[in-house]
Amino acid sequence: MGTTPLVALHGIRKSYGDLLVNDGVDLDVRPGEIHAILGENGAGKTTLMRVIYGLTTPDAGRIEVGGAPVSIASPRDAIAAGIGMVTQHFALVRPMTVLENVLLSSAGLGPPDTEGARRRFAEATELLGVDIDPDVRIEDLSVGEQQRVEIAKTLYQGARVLILDEPTAVLVPQDARALFDALRRLTASGLGVLFISHKLHEVAEISHRVSVLRQGRIVDTRPTGSSTPAELAELMVGRSVAAVLRDERRVGPGPSNDEAVVIAVEHVSLDGSTGKRLLDDVDLRVHRGEILAIAGVSGNGQRELADILSGMRMPSSGHVRVGRQDITGATPTQVVACGLGRIPEDRHGSVVDDLSVEENLVLEDLGQFRRGPFLDKRAIRRRAEELIARFAIKAAPTDRIGGLSGGNMQKVLLARVLAKDPRAILVAQPTRGLDVGAGEYVHQQLLARRADGAAILLISEDLDEILALADRVAVIFDGAIMGIVDAATTTRAELGLMMAGTPQQALGGAA
Amino acid sequence: MRMLLRGTAPRWLTPALVALAAVLTLALTAGPIRLGGASPGAAFTYYLVRPLTTSYTVLEVLLASTPLIFTGLAALVAFRSGYYNIGGEGQFIAGAIAVTAVTLAFPALPLVVSLPLGLVAGAVAGAAWGLIPAVLRVRRGIDEVVTTLLLNPVALLLLQGLLNGPWRNPTNQFPESAPVGAGWELPRIVGGSRLHLGYVVALVLAVLAWVVLTQTRVGLTSRAVGLAPKGAAFSGIPIRRTLLGAALASAALAGAGGAVQVLGLQHRLTAEVSTGFGYTGIVVATLAALSVPAAIAVATLLADITVGAESAARALQLPPQMGKVVTATLLLCSVGVLVFRHYTLALRGRRRGARAAGGAS
Repeated sequence: MGTTPLVALHGIRKSYGDLLVNDGVDLDVRPGEIHAILGENGAGKTTLMRVIYGLTTPDAGRIEVGGAPVSIASPRDAIAAGIGMVTQHFALVRPMTVLENVLLSSAGLGPPDTEGARRRFAEATELLGVDIDPDVRIEDLSVGEQQRVEIAKTLYQGARVLILDEPTAVLVPQDARALFDALRRLTASGLGVLFISHKLHEVAEISHRVSVLRQGRIVDTRPTGSSTPAELAELMVGRSVAAVLRDERRVGPGPSNDEAVVIAVEHVSLDGSTGKRLLDDVDLRVHRGEILAIAGVSGNGQRELADILSGMRMPSSGHVRVGRQDITGATPTQVVACGLGRIPEDRHGSVVDDLSVEENLVLEDLGQFRRGPFLDKRAIRRRAEELIARFAIKAAPTDRIGGLSGGNMQKVLLARVLAKDPRAILVAQPTRGLDVGAGEYVHQQLLARRADGAAILLISEDLDEILALADRVAVIFDGAIMGIVDAATTTRAELGLMMAGTPQQALGGAA
Repeated sequence: MRMLLRGTAPRWLTPALVALAAVLTLALTAGPIRLGGASPGAAFTYYLVRPLTTSYTVLEVLLASTPLIFTGLAALVAFRSGYYNIGGEGQFIAGAIAVTAVTLAFPALPLVVSLPLGLVAGAVAGAAWGLIPAVLRVRRGIDEVVTTLLLNPVALLLLQGLLNGPWRNPTNQFPESAPVGAGWELPRIVGGSRLHLGYVVALVLAVLAWVVLTQTRVGLTSRAVGLAPKGAAFSGIPIRRTLLGAALASAALAGAGGAVQVLGLQHRLTAEVSTGFGYTGIVVATLAALSVPAAIAVATLLADITVGAESAARALQLPPQMGKVVTATLLLCSVGVLVFRHYTLALRGRRRGARAAGGAS
């Protein structure tokens, strides 16, 4: 492919405060190519797209369109340069018709040229190979059809390069299929597509080249055909050269017989609002003194599973139990009362940022800190001081929790949970964004709880973390469990294949 | 220039910003005052200083602050839980109507009965006026800013309908209710002044509100809901119940204020029972940054400007509305300037030292 790239990025850097989200990214899209960007949540994909589309300005780096440098300061500039973007949240006015929405995108002074627009929109849909009635209202279209309208709209605006941000996240499988057919037609006519995803099988199916983004950097760009999904999974989550490093502090009872099941997830399914199945018959048991890890690329249902266990969401079917108590659809207070400690992925979403450390520490059980009708502030302070000392939190009781570092905030959450001696713990991405010391501390605390007999359900994207801590590993893909393996005997290759969507049974003798 | 989030603000910052807002207000209103034909210096002396120089005018200021304390507390209680009750005006009027109905039904009651009965009637009516928007918000997620606001003119029309219809004064045919019975009039608390017991009631309710908001579980949970509904829900705080409670307490405070205004000052129901006290209460709560002690101070300041504006109108021939211009400018300047408690300005192009996010070596 010796042709000039449609769009090329050189050395794009972008930081928010001290956080470097894009670190010298080089990337290009050639005519007729689908170039996939693969990366975890937080790897910097979305920021990169926002830079290309003019929604944010990079700190350094340059963008070339058709070989000539351009300055893209707003989406208007991007559209003028022939770049179109479709995100998961459609920019459509629902009570208006398709044609009216298309006209909106290029409205100027004076009466709109309805007939011209109708003709050009018909050309765009023909190029896309889909049939869209321009006079139907957006709200009467399915999600997949709305997405096609968005794509047709960018073509109508003259896009030569299409950026699609996780386009299948909201689609049911049939719609995803139709989308892929449409994309193939577009590239056949010389357009370029930048396809952002963290779903390996899609990338493998649709793209020509793939770039893997990790911690703000492109770790590799390669032809899609030259790598297996398992290799891509490893690139994406990072690999250590060393063999699996089992944590030598893993001592204690370990998994025991069925009598000691503490957390039971029984045939849980969840349907999303677009009709897409987010969890599909998930069935798991965590025993006393066991760490069961859920491995998988993020966005495959982990967050929904955690929400259901935390009492924040009701499954469509199935049951969740802690010990003998059914906590399906229970409130967070009831869940905590059953002895389940929750350390969620979204730290800021599980505390009240503008309240103090001490207030957050007691927010779940204010009933215990009462003196008559009043809050017993002295007891709250005592509890905070005790937990701050016990968990080595670097903060004063009156500090605003939102101002703490990720590590310290995680320690506060850990303290809030572990102070209650929970018999079951749900912990998601416990070390994401933490420095090595804080991450190490969190691991040590979890292992200590395991030794004391707690059942721990660990949701993580970090294979190193999983292999160091877990007794068994369940791999989740597209809302379903691909298989459950023994952490001591599994291999990264086996986990990688399951993370890419191969069920354990299909691996045959490979394990 | 661009705005950057700042981590923690130094202690001196808030007082400095308040001072800056005051200076800006003086500078911005000097022009209109000059156009009104008065010297800005003299006008500000009338607005801010003169009312505080004689004991009679000081007591007038306290009298004028009474309804503002009620409506200010009402806005504050709701806003702290993230319920934006803009309906204080309508709830205030509902309270005034209800207390009048009770006085007409039981004209002769001793104060020990009439005062609590009047307060309860006003509070219940206010809460009832606030109930529909609160339920719509909690059950259906319908924005309370719109619904509470739209019920304000409904309350005013109801008031006007009653005064021009069934409650028209039978002796002089004015559109105002018959005077309340003597047992219903709140006693004056300082000889030679119109200041009445309602001011003490306002202060007692303020202390009560302060205790509940800062010293009890309900205060902490409602604040948590207002600051971060998601985090509060994760901690097991019942969001809907908290919002509903805050909405009704807020509306009840506004309604009690309406009752006190009828019983303490007007001694009858008129169409002018509220001169926008419900709306000014929002200004009080906002300027006070949702703190109860600060709300009393702000209510007193706004009352000071109101009393001063009346005398300035007489002495300097300035339009009395100029007081509202000053108050409104103060609000805009304060809200605008206090943003910098959380943000700092940076010149464009100046970059902070970026640190690599994890080495990939």
